[in-house]
Amino acid sequence: MSIRVLFFAAIADVTHLHEAEVDASTCTNVASIYEQFARDFPRLQDHRPSILCAVNSEFARPDSPVHDGDEVAFFPPVSGG
Amino acid sequence: MFRLVYEPIDTASFRNALVGPEDGAVAIFEGVVRNHAHGRRVSYLEYHAYESMAQRRLEEIGASARKEFLIRDIGILHRLGRINPAECSVAVVVTAAHRAAAFDACRFAIDAVKKTVPIWKKEFYEDGEAWVGGRD
Repeated sequence: MSIRVLFFAAIADVTHLHEAEVDASTCTNVASIYEQFARDFPRLQDHRPSILCAVNSEFARPDSPVHDGDEVAFFPPVSGG
Repeated sequence: MFRLVYEPIDTASFRNALVGPEDGAVAIFEGVVRNHAHGRRVSYLEYHAYESMAQRRLEEIGASARKEFLIRDIGILHRLGRINPAECSVAVVVTAAHRAAAFDACRFAIDAVKKTVPIWKKEFYEDGEAWVGGRD
């Protein structure tokens, strides 16, 4: 019963990892996952105003619900092109 | 054709793969790596992506462009990994019967790529490196 969590670019530099798993029973929505990691990596709070998130490869919001088996991603504003 | 690639983009063959006898116009946009940013010399860029989502977003942008503009075909290639100055990082090709739709859809597509596709670039300078934040 787990949720796969992905970090990209400047956010991955803060967490020092690209991928993690969290127990789905401890998460209610996207923001609750971010809070779990922000306890271990306080610098994540600096990114909070601009951070983007996705659930299963679709843009999501902090209050978007999460479920067992979901893939949740956190990343900074995009800069491709 | 919507693809993330790690090898150099060959825009001419990309264009040739899309254009057909019904087309009267082809609009091509190339994003190119430049050797300077905010007054600093840039040695090269590195592009990273959330690949599964980026692939999906490119296809969605193509579908929106087809819906919104009178075009016949559209393709987007975005290169990832290390890219040197003067090399192409992204190519958008739009074919249409007439030029106005081709230009408009091409502009729409590159703007959407820069705003909504989860790709990030990192600038490498002679004395350091930094993620590029937000759109430019």
